[in-house]
Amino acid sequence: MSDKLLQVKGLTTSFKIDGEYYPAVEDVTFDIGHNEVLALVGESGSGKSVTAFSLMKLHKKARVEGEVTFDGKNILEAKESEMNKVRGGDFSMIFQDPMTALNPLMRIKAQIVETLDIHETKKKSEREAYAIELLDRVGIPNAERVGDSYPHELSGGMRQRVVIAIAIANSPKLLIADEPTTALDVTIQAQILDLIRELKDDLGSGVLMITHDLGVVAEMADRVAVMYAGQIVELAPVRELFKNPLHPYTRSLLNSLPSEDMLGGKLHVIQGVVPALNKMDREGCRFAPRIPWISADEHEHNPQLREVSEGHFVRCTCYKNFYLESSDEITKQVEQEQFDELEQGGNV
Amino acid sequence: MLKFTIRRLLVSLPQLIILSLLIFFLASLMPGDALSGVIDPNIPAEAIERQREMLGLNNPWYIQYKDWVINMLQGDFGNSYFKKQPVLDVIGDRLMNTVWLSLFSAVLIYLIGLPLGLVSGRYNDTFLDSVITGYTYLGFATPTFMFGLLMLLVFGYNLGWFPTSGSVDAKVTPGTFEYVISKMYHLVLPAFSIALIGLVGTVQYLRSGIIETKQKDYVTLARAKGVSESKVYTKHIFRNSIIPIAAFFGYEITGLLGGSIFIEQIYAYPGMGRLFLESISTRDFSVANVLILMYGFLAIVGALLSDIILSIVDPRIRIK
Amino acid sequence: MSEYLLEVKDLKVHYPIKGGFFNTTKDYVRAVDGVSIRIPKGKTYGLVGESGSGKTTTGKAVIGLNHVTDGEIFYKGEKMNSGKKVDVSSEIQMIFQDPYSSLNPRKRVFDIVAEPIKNYHRKSKDDLIEEVLGLLNKVGLPPGSLYKYPHEFSGGQRQRIGVARAIALNPELIIADEPVSALDVSVQAQVLNFMQEIQQEMGLTMLFIAHDLGVVRHMCEWIGIMYHGRLVEEGPAEEIFNNPQHIYTKRLIAAIPDTNVDNIERNLQRREEVRIEYENHFHEYLDENGKPFPLVSISENHKVALPPKGGEQVNA
Repeated sequence: MSDKLLQVKGLTTSFKIDGEYYPAVEDVTFDIGHNEVLALVGESGSGKSVTAFSLMKLHKKARVEGEVTFDGKNILEAKESEMNKVRGGDFSMIFQDPMTALNPLMRIKAQIVETLDIHETKKKSEREAYAIELLDRVGIPNAERVGDSYPHELSGGMRQRVVIAIAIANSPKLLIADEPTTALDVTIQAQILDLIRELKDDLGSGVLMITHDLGVVAEMADRVAVMYAGQIVELAPVRELFKNPLHPYTRSLLNSLPSEDMLGGKLHVIQGVVPALNKMDREGCRFAPRIPWISADEHEHNPQLREVSEGHFVRCTCYKNFYLESSDEITKQVEQEQFDELEQGGNV
Repeated sequence: MLKFTIRRLLVSLPQLIILSLLIFFLASLMPGDALSGVIDPNIPAEAIERQREMLGLNNPWYIQYKDWVINMLQGDFGNSYFKKQPVLDVIGDRLMNTVWLSLFSAVLIYLIGLPLGLVSGRYNDTFLDSVITGYTYLGFATPTFMFGLLMLLVFGYNLGWFPTSGSVDAKVTPGTFEYVISKMYHLVLPAFSIALIGLVGTVQYLRSGIIETKQKDYVTLARAKGVSESKVYTKHIFRNSIIPIAAFFGYEITGLLGGSIFIEQIYAYPGMGRLFLESISTRDFSVANVLILMYGFLAIVGALLSDIILSIVDPRIRIK
Repeated sequence: MSEYLLEVKDLKVHYPIKGGFFNTTKDYVRAVDGVSIRIPKGKTYGLVGESGSGKTTTGKAVIGLNHVTDGEIFYKGEKMNSGKKVDVSSEIQMIFQDPYSSLNPRKRVFDIVAEPIKNYHRKSKDDLIEEVLGLLNKVGLPPGSLYKYPHEFSGGQRQRIGVARAIALNPELIIADEPVSALDVSVQAQVLNFMQEIQQEMGLTMLFIAHDLGVVRHMCEWIGIMYHGRLVEEGPAEEIFNNPQHIYTKRLIAAIPDTNVDNIERNLQRREEVRIEYENHFHEYLDENGKPFPLVSISENHKVALPPKGGEQVNA
């Protein structure tokens, strides 16, 4: 398995709540090969962004455990100074919101040159010109002029291109894209996705694509890991995942999307809410409370991620006899449950 | 940039005119005029009236206002009713003393305040931070005059380290090196009294600015680029957090110039603040009016300065 | 009375651009520049466009939150605007995009929902409480939420509070401005279901403003596509999705990522074809000011902003 670019084993990231550490990401294991796109999918609170930030050791106050082997080195054990060489160098990141990801007081060119300086890419005298070349490379017209502008003078799509230019400045081997198109219009999204795909092919980089948009996943990913409540609940090649989704969460999620087949009909609704970090049953199946019509015996104690067919991993046994409850009933149940919860809260 | 400055200057002009009008009318409401105190009671009333006519005191208000403004523009601010000498001469020395005191205080405020704010913001919620914020709360709660009195008592009288009054030793000759040293020596206590209380705002602004800025996405992006932690602070966080303080700089300076009345009184420091108190207690309105005008002028200039500084540090302002 | 609950005729909303030395008006941002919309009673009209297309400005103008530079707004056949000002009617209400920032965090649910009622009617406190409880019941929130603050609720529940406020005055027309774009997929499903229920129950007409074409297709019978302050295409939802005529519409539809993995190759190929067509021909679809042409009918219901005849013929 040494041919893998990145190997993550048992990654657990915990945050302190009221003096105690609670894992937001627990026992996450996956790998990414060269020129491969792995998508990490989940809703807010699933731990997908925490995973990405943990890989780069960008969490200041979190406790990160496990093993992250990048290019043969365990980077979780690396010193901060060594880490600074890796970050932005061989291992870089595209941020979610282009409106806030650039320093408003620095010219675009200076922000790109900064990363070239740190990683000593190109000769000092050539860096400014190379920064402009990078802007050109990510499809920015009038790169020369844009280089001299401040972020607020650019549109969201242009800013995201700048963020990407910064990320690819030092020809990274691994690129983390954290919801790179969520803040953008759909036609701009298509362009940015094209760009990422193209850059990946050029550089042969591995990409960890973090998103909540299943359409983006279907288009971009080679393999998909679905996260729920801090764990990977399903991991499979992209075709397999969309053709044969197994885990109840994956299936519920796919069914809650508006689709052509059921225009105007009731959408599937997932009952309940994602459990809070410090109020989670960490022993049982974490999705169990949201599919109460599935009997308790169907779940396993302390569920593990198991390979059910080649490259297709599922957590817990509850997927075997899972069926989707009709939407109407679920909607009513969901409402009743939320109702009760609020009502109880109200009486306290 | 130049356009912005010029436009901003043009905006200040009407402000100045309104200010001068206001003071002119307030002044004319006050008892006494240029002849107050110089009239021999034996002079017949017609002679006084003639004198008034000659001095233009019977002209309609707008002529008087025009004369007043023109005189001021030519450097003639009138005579002090009380000291019987030109107002400008009365203010002259005092002004320089206050300028020195203000500058010294301002330097101290930023020299001490900025590092404190930086440390407090960077290591927020640590013991060090609680000590610094504790100090700022105390500073907010303590009136400057009380703190000034305390400093005076401890370092002036009890320990005897610093002089307790005046702006310079009477024995030294102006122009010599000793004279400068003596001036500085006299500044230490009043300047620290102003600065140690005055800097708490700066500390708090910078602290909250840094705490806010360090969670910004572009700071995380800088870290993700591999920028070292110390550089993240100097290059990305500090400059962005200092904007509100830079913007406040103009007000701060003019505030210092006008607002050290208590401290000057406590340390018997012959500055403008003290002069203002004196001129009021002796009903020397010609001096008081000029001082008020000057304070108003400073406030307008301070606002102007702040806007210009802001447009320099923040490119987003420049465009508009 | 007209068969249309809402009719907007040639609506224009322009903002001055100030500039120069004396800050004089140099030009105008033509945020909305000649938009006409008709919504039949009880139907949902989806107004789609990218950021800056003017869709939200249009919605806000209808409800009186924006001035009207030119054009007419008719509600139930009655003209709502005189000059720049638009009459505010209790029968038209709005649901806002962000359930986190559109509710005042310092007000309790009761105050939020009761506010519009208080603006129009004088009622005793007891009557108000009873009425608000009824509304909460309607949107599926328990009586216990009455005296809670917005931060105590999840995103989906907050959007329900927003809806309760919007329906407090028994409106007939709801303007929903990106009501689900800040929500997670599963919560989005919940809110969309619930909005449809409320709509059926109360017989509401809706102007649904959104950028997510999948959601719009799910919710709306009629769709209008906006670009640079004008409509480029308008028609029944099915017609727009299956037979788009304007290159901009085609591009928008081609850009939606599909979750059907069998179609991906085809979609990418289609997107590339449309992109090339767009790059080569888009300028032909715009007038000399870079604005879309006026709409022309190509079938009974379907209107497209095609270049005037005699110009270069565009391959549809």
